[in-house]
Amino acid sequence: MKFTKDWLDVHLKTNKSESQIIQKLNSIGLEVEKVEPVKNELSDFIVAKIIKANKHPNADRLKLCDVDIGKKDTLKVVCGAPNARDGLLTIYAPPGSVIPKNGMKLEISKIRGETSYGMLCSESELKLSNESEGIIDLNDKYKTKIGKSFFGEKKGKNVIELSITPNRPDCLGVRGIARDLSASNFGKLKEPRKSKVKKNIKHNLKIKIEKNKNQACSIFGSCIIKNIKNTESPGWLKNRILALGLRPISAVVDITNYVMFDLNRPLHAYDLDKIKNKITVRNSKKGESFKALDNKNYTLDKDMCVISDDEGVLGLGGIIGGERSGTEIHTKNILLESAYFDPSTTRKTAKKLDLNSDAKFRFERGVDPQSVTVGLDSAVELILEICGGEVSKFDVKQTKKFKNLEIKFDPKMVSKTVGTSINTNEIKKILSNLGFTVKTKGKFLNVKVPSWRPDIFGEIDLVEEVIRIIGFEKIKSIEPDKKRTKPTLNYFQKHFHLAQRSVASKGYLETITWSFTDEKINNKFKEKCESVKIVNPISSDLNVLRNSLYPNLIFYLEKNLNRGFGDQALFEIGPAFTGKKPGQQITVVCGIKKQSIDEDSNLEKNDLVDVFHIKKDLVQSLTELEIRKEDFKVEENTPSYYHPGISGSIVSKDGNLVLGYFGALHPKIISNTFGFEIFLENLVEYKAKNKKTKESLTFSDYQKSDRDFAFLVNKDTRAQDLTEVIQNIDKNLIKQIKIFDVYEGENIPSDKKSIALKVTIQSDHKTLDENDLTNISKKIVSTVEEKTGAKLRS
Amino acid sequence: MSDFEKKILEFKNRLNSTQDSKEIEAIRTDIFSKNGFINSQFKKLGSLSEDEKKTFASNINKAKQELLEIFRSKAIEVLDKDLNEKIKKEKIDVTLPEKEFKIGKIHPVSQVIDEISCIFSEIGFSVEEGPDVENDYNNFTALNTPEDHPAKDMHDTFYLDESMKTLLRTHTSPVQVRTMIKGKPPFKIIAPGRTYRSDSDQTHTPMFHQLEGLHIDKNINMGHLKGCLNYFIKEFFEVDKIKMRFRPSHFPFTEPSAEVDIGYRIENNKIIIGEGDKWLEILGCGMVHPNVLKNCKVDPKIYQGFAFGIGIDRLAMLKYGINDLRSFFECDYRWLNYYGFDPLDVPTNYRGLSK
Repeated sequence: MKFTKDWLDVHLKTNKSESQIIQKLNSIGLEVEKVEPVKNELSDFIVAKIIKANKHPNADRLKLCDVDIGKKDTLKVVCGAPNARDGLLTIYAPPGSVIPKNGMKLEISKIRGETSYGMLCSESELKLSNESEGIIDLNDKYKTKIGKSFFGEKKGKNVIELSITPNRPDCLGVRGIARDLSASNFGKLKEPRKSKVKKNIKHNLKIKIEKNKNQACSIFGSCIIKNIKNTESPGWLKNRILALGLRPISAVVDITNYVMFDLNRPLHAYDLDKIKNKITVRNSKKGESFKALDNKNYTLDKDMCVISDDEGVLGLGGIIGGERSGTEIHTKNILLESAYFDPSTTRKTAKKLDLNSDAKFRFERGVDPQSVTVGLDSAVELILEICGGEVSKFDVKQTKKFKNLEIKFDPKMVSKTVGTSINTNEIKKILSNLGFTVKTKGKFLNVKVPSWRPDIFGEIDLVEEVIRIIGFEKIKSIEPDKKRTKPTLNYFQKHFHLAQRSVASKGYLETITWSFTDEKINNKFKEKCESVKIVNPISSDLNVLRNSLYPNLIFYLEKNLNRGFGDQALFEIGPAFTGKKPGQQITVVCGIKKQSIDEDSNLEKNDLVDVFHIKKDLVQSLTELEIRKEDFKVEENTPSYYHPGISGSIVSKDGNLVLGYFGALHPKIISNTFGFEIFLENLVEYKAKNKKTKESLTFSDYQKSDRDFAFLVNKDTRAQDLTEVIQNIDKNLIKQIKIFDVYEGENIPSDKKSIALKVTIQSDHKTLDENDLTNISKKIVSTVEEKTGAKLRS
Repeated sequence: MSDFEKKILEFKNRLNSTQDSKEIEAIRTDIFSKNGFINSQFKKLGSLSEDEKKTFASNINKAKQELLEIFRSKAIEVLDKDLNEKIKKEKIDVTLPEKEFKIGKIHPVSQVIDEISCIFSEIGFSVEEGPDVENDYNNFTALNTPEDHPAKDMHDTFYLDESMKTLLRTHTSPVQVRTMIKGKPPFKIIAPGRTYRSDSDQTHTPMFHQLEGLHIDKNINMGHLKGCLNYFIKEFFEVDKIKMRFRPSHFPFTEPSAEVDIGYRIENNKIIIGEGDKWLEILGCGMVHPNVLKNCKVDPKIYQGFAFGIGIDRLAMLKYGINDLRSFFECDYRWLNYYGFDPLDVPTNYRGLSK
């Protein structure tokens, strides 16, 4: 919403300065977004310099100029003037500006295949003279003015732009803003001028609001004005229209716009002579179409509110008028409409047709239903003053009666909500100044809501009105209690926090990537999950929710590779989606590691990243999360995005929960890259079920002995199975098993491998003698041979 | 001179004249080993008379003691000499690069979430979470944002179905709804998390982070809201004083609603938070709307309280001087390394938030 101080003065008698007003508006909830000088029609035209006039590649008579308009970069402008040359000072018109000579609005366009950003102007185009030969050639005096407006910017008057929250349609009119200011002791709201216009002629156009299902129009007020002389608007009106950022068109159109922004009262003017027979306000039929004032054709659905005549649709109620009945400069007789349309229905229609207008913006927020005749009066007076003519009596068709809401209000609510005691008289005064009618009834106030405040429903709304006018700065701040009754983080959140820092401490950089990804990449990772598609994605390569954290991590890993960073370890902790219902998501910690080997460097003896590297990172993080080796086993089945032979899964000992995966990623997805995943919910579930308190530490100081064994086993025998068998022989005596060699090749059958391990044996009660050691060693050999088919290598 | 004495003299000479550790070891074997000279002399004792035996044994022991002393000092001398020679040769150019230590980093958003949790923990808030995918009811309807209301235009929502019933949450406020529905008042929570809006330009990303705050109890009023936010902002920016203003605004789920600005100034191209005459909008807040409480089965006649929502990414940008919001999600290796935090740098209230 835009306005100027002098416009505000029409409604508010105040001695406050513009800057005081701006500050006040902010403090009562009408946020000032911008304050900038009023633009006049000519301030767009800028002094510019041709840096280089190049030949147009596709046209002999045109030049492609590099133009300095005082910004960082020069612009390309195509120019046909013979005098366009290097160093010429001239006048530049940017896209969007309107050329005074012909009223043409400039757009960025391609001229013979070259894009031209604006135009260089001749004197005649700017109506400076009749000189149309060549572009303007300014003298050297202008050298310092490059980038400045040629006609000079009018200083002094400012446009104040407010960002009005959707609950305050009343402040989409200058009068509403004035009312809020007056309630804040910033002046007195002026009484509206009483109309003195004589309404002499007959309103002889038949108007009907049809009874339709969900009829959006409940009031249709109108009058006829005959024998007007439509004209260019006078200066003051033009300036106001310009202040709004609109272009003056004609007095009739400018006046309807003016009243809309003045009173938040949209109006529409029809050329009466173009209306066939009568006006019917009705729901549209499916497929009906019309050409709107924005020069576009719209085909309507069923049940959109239209204003029609015998020939068809004239306009969309509360949204936009039609071209067929639009007023023109030579229009003689008009029908002026002031109606009320239902917010929700209006919004739905506009949304379906993807149509925006200032009227629609207001109706969907709520226009004062009791402003129908006030709006007509205001516009009629101006039209008669500027265009002459005679006006009819007002005809107001109304199908619903509007009743002002009454609220029983306990003034104590204010103090209770804001925590600072506010006097009831002050409350009454503020509400009255805002237009509420307040009567005291015992302890309560009976508050009647003005028709322009569709946002007020109950007591809490009144509390807000009072406190925003009093000012939030009056509320006394209460120091918070430093008391904690509940733990800050729950069990899961603690693990999240620890997992995050644990993985980072293994050399991984934490990333945060989108929760959505490219469906094509995601398909490689979704396994049995369904794709969760976004109906309206931001771009086609971010069109599904991710089923895994890998797609985005790999994408960014590769991006970094392209940036020249070979050695990388990235991780993310966040959601992966298993379905599209709320809650169908899991928390995954996913790490990814890629190593580039510097062939030239002898110094950097690379510690090669392999599967055991990634396994080390994962197992260490699990250990830090208090998942110990005895809590899990490693299995070989992993999802298809891992290398089938070089990957494993970490499964809880009971076999029920997958805690994580690790391994080489599938070479078809990305080469030489390792990764791991931890499924945090599973991990926390396992821990919660198997809660252990730390037992007190016992250790033995009796002599320990190491015995080495080498077993010949089948190639597919897993080391884990071997160690498990040995461990189970005597959990007390066997303290540690360490695999120190795996060998395949010479001296060994091709289907076998040798696994060499060191077993540490120690008793908690005595020093073992040679006999004890021999016995346990024999038992190890025999049990392993029996259970795994291994043979001791001699 | 007896043979014995001659032999002793010979050993002494050998020991004294050598500088070689191998030779010393050989001499040691010759003298002291099982079959060495000393033992061989002791073996002779058996064939001697008692008197002779006594004298000779004493001689052997004396000689042994003498030789041992010479041997020890010689061994130390040679060892010392050898080590000195070795050290002399061991010269390394220590200006060569050290072995690379690969330390990971914590993303600034995560760090800031931990900082925020730390601050609110101190005043009794606990952390709640909610799903990223929400239904229309929790995201809008329960939060007093009716169907077809222009307030919905402020949220460019990503939908997961054509009927627009399932969506990616546009704010963390649905966590309020979930928390209140599943629990009993009082409520005192913060809820950090990912939020989504279909918006992408210089200052907007389709995913960003928000922090929700909610405090509902019997007498929680706007004074508490002011005090709480004032405390938070001061602690977060680690300053003693903060210039702050509450501006009335509108959110469907709170009433009265306010936007909060903090004062700042620019000095040497750097932003100084807390003072100065410029204002920066940093959060929205208000008293939870009675309709929201009703929707969440909390009686607004008994309970009331405040809620607030803060952009976490923006807080991180302000505190750590990061200029571009989009860079948070671009995973540039250099950026992550530069703006990331040491994993051991855990914000705590006894150490302070930042190092």
